[in-house]
Amino acid sequence: MNAIPETMAVAPAPARNGAVMDCQLQKVFYGDFLAVRDSNLPLEKNKITGFIGPSGCGKSTVLRSLNRMNDLIPVFRFEGKVTYHGQDIYDAKVDPVVVRRYIGMVFQQPNPFAMSIYDNVAFGLRLNGFKGNLDERVEKALQGAACWNEVKDKLKNSGLSLSGGQQQRLCIARAIATEPDVLLMDEPCSALDPIATRRVEELMVELKEKYTIALVTHNMQQAMRVADTTAFFGVDISQGSRTGYMVEMGPTKKIFEEPEQQLTREYVRGEFS
Amino acid sequence: MVSRPFENLVQSGSVSGPPSGGDYALDRGFRYLAWASAALILALVAYIVIEIGSKALPAIAQYGLGFLTSSEWNVQTGQFGILPQIWGTLYSSLLALLLGGLFGIGIGIFLTQDFLPPRLAATFRTIIELLAAIPSVVFGLWGIYVLIPLLRPVANWLHEVAGGIPFFSTSLSGPGLAPAALVLAIMILPTVASISVDALRQIPYKVKEAAYGMGTTRWEAILKVMLPTASSGILAALVLGFGRALGETMALAMLIGNSNQISLSLFAPANTLAALLASSFPEAGPVEIQALMYAALALLTITLIVNAVGLAVMKLATRKFEVER
Amino acid sequence: MSAPDLSLESNLHNLERALDARPSLQRSPLEARALKSGVLTGLTWVAALIAAVPLFSVIYMLFVEGGSRLSWETLTALPPSAFDLGGGFGNAIVGTIVMVGIATLISLPLGILAAVYLAILEPDSRLAHTVRFLAKVLTGFPSILAGVFVYAVMVVTMKTYSALAGGVALAVLMLPTVILAAEQAMAMVPKKMKDAAYGMGCTRTQVILKVVLPTGASGILTGVMLAIAGAAGNSAPLLFTALFSDYYLSSLTEPTASLAILIFNFSGMPYDNQIQLAWAASLVLVLIVLVFNILARLIGRQKY
Repeated sequence: MNAIPETMAVAPAPARNGAVMDCQLQKVFYGDFLAVRDSNLPLEKNKITGFIGPSGCGKSTVLRSLNRMNDLIPVFRFEGKVTYHGQDIYDAKVDPVVVRRYIGMVFQQPNPFAMSIYDNVAFGLRLNGFKGNLDERVEKALQGAACWNEVKDKLKNSGLSLSGGQQQRLCIARAIATEPDVLLMDEPCSALDPIATRRVEELMVELKEKYTIALVTHNMQQAMRVADTTAFFGVDISQGSRTGYMVEMGPTKKIFEEPEQQLTREYVRGEFS
Repeated sequence: MVSRPFENLVQSGSVSGPPSGGDYALDRGFRYLAWASAALILALVAYIVIEIGSKALPAIAQYGLGFLTSSEWNVQTGQFGILPQIWGTLYSSLLALLLGGLFGIGIGIFLTQDFLPPRLAATFRTIIELLAAIPSVVFGLWGIYVLIPLLRPVANWLHEVAGGIPFFSTSLSGPGLAPAALVLAIMILPTVASISVDALRQIPYKVKEAAYGMGTTRWEAILKVMLPTASSGILAALVLGFGRALGETMALAMLIGNSNQISLSLFAPANTLAALLASSFPEAGPVEIQALMYAALALLTITLIVNAVGLAVMKLATRKFEVER
Repeated sequence: MSAPDLSLESNLHNLERALDARPSLQRSPLEARALKSGVLTGLTWVAALIAAVPLFSVIYMLFVEGGSRLSWETLTALPPSAFDLGGGFGNAIVGTIVMVGIATLISLPLGILAAVYLAILEPDSRLAHTVRFLAKVLTGFPSILAGVFVYAVMVVTMKTYSALAGGVALAVLMLPTVILAAEQAMAMVPKKMKDAAYGMGCTRTQVILKVVLPTGASGILTGVMLAIAGAAGNSAPLLFTALFSDYYLSSLTEPTASLAILIFNFSGMPYDNQIQLAWAASLVLVLIVLVFNILARLIGRQKY
């Protein structure tokens, strides 16, 4: 149920400076359970916005609200709005399927399809009815994801035959093949070893030249290394259940060195996790 | 209608676009088809019950419940009753369950409690599963030309020596209950064995560890811990095996002798509901067809109940482990 | 030799003994519990071996009795009449293949579509729960009743026994197997793969057609092969839907021969020729069933 009247929702909202997406989340429920409340965060163009916070703080839920992935959960309910270029993606007239075509996602677990490396990357292109040179776009995407050299001789092999780190970069290639404007990355390195993690981090920094990226991470060093802006999420247990909310957001350097909130300071100093 | 909300907003080079009208039409059509197919299964079962029920209606009206307790099946006089067939169905299935159940559970234990190295156990399981792949008529043929000649001397010796016992009160002249029940036992063995294997496999390894840790021998662990823990799964195996035996047709039609009598003797010919349908249906006239439909309804009711009970027990068995885990 | 006594006194007694002598850690083979274990182990082995005997006996008979009669003539000729020698069951092979083919054509799309509904679209709806339960009940459904049902619905209205009716009866029996196997195969497709597809903006149908079905294909195919194997060997529902015919089939709406019914009919005849043919037909039927069984295993084994 969307609380905002349709007429308002369709009119382009005044986006904050250069923000491609603007999330004005009021409440997110799973059934009766209030999972996240009051989190306003703009995603600026060609920047990496990091989401950090203790486990259960709702950072993944917020990320998955940005391309309506949560709509797959029947009991999920979103109040508020998320504008994408000024249009509310939760507007009743908007099809979540269309939203996901423009806002790509990379998941926590590498999840290539049980098909060849080539078909994995070409999947989105074919899905969107791409008529141009498929080979060229596949190569470009794999180069963009920094794994062309490793896989160019085995494009016919199954995507599942690759190592975990390679699989994750394949998934990134698959996500960027259609050049989707915004990339949501949900702890993309949590299943990877340190070396593979470093490669994916380098890749993210390269990708922001072209894309707007939102990155959920449980690793503060990672946020420090790659994020331009960081949003810190906390857990509110005052109502008897665990409800996540955004505590503060700002340039990464500021969040880690001189945050405004006490809670943030305690968290970035490692006083709780 | 395809909405294109973001079309003008994205950078050049992106191929992102909404699904085409065709994609949406396919989506809707496909989901409707899937729903319709699922609903069709429901309709099919309802149709089967209604169709057989309604065709049996004239016979139900005419013979009432007396049909179930009368022993006469006479086309000339128009008298129909299926007590001997119900008796034969239950008797043969129970005998088969006794044998097939015992062996089936034994094999379940044999395959899961480390009697064989894993590879050999897998091979043996395949052998048992192949038993399930042999068609019923082939077992019938084998029963006629291998089993009955083999059984006859044994049966007749038993009749001579212990004819006073009701089970051996007749001799085996050819087809009869014993060969039918034996073949039936062979046919339900794979069902019982494979469900028992699953039930025993479901037991968490820690349960076995706990038993061995207490210093039990293998058989103490099996009898006092494993079997009781898997009991509801094994019960389900037995009930579903019984259900299978009740409806088995061809081998029985070939081996049981199709004689409408009630006897305790293992060597007397008998009949079952399914065999009655198989042997009488093709040549039946309209009146007999109605009676046969009534018999079919009786068989349907019995097997549906037995299978539903078996499935319920099985569900209970799996639920038990979900809680325990 | 007595069973171990677990009473308190005996435990105390054991304890006292244990104080002045270390317990023996060796098991005596004549101890009661060891004996019992030995006997039970022996019985289990015997039971397992006995259970394997019928299969080998059947296979032996098929090859000895049926194999000796197998020739090009038996595979192609028409069934002989009572006193004739020679003959074969070519028409029954064709009839079996045609009817199983019809059954597959009906049950495959219906079964897979229904499984899509159960596994992906609405797995927790009331309809899904009901259909799943009914499919399980139907797997234990007496096959002869499928024959009775199709007789009432098709044979009576078409006024003739036919290959079509036989095929529909077999389809009724194949459906639950196909549905349950396909549902299981689709449910086993990892959620993260489905999420990936949704995340790329697939409609639900695109997720199913492009990801779930190709990924679960081997599992689905395994189920289909097993269903075909079951249908090919099933004869009861054909008894009074397809009946039998002594000729090759020329249309789908006439009585049609099948291997299973031929075996049934010939098994009771007092002529050696027919009985030999019944064995040969059994061999062919078992081989057909086995081929699909083995195919099912091979397909099921290969993993993506």
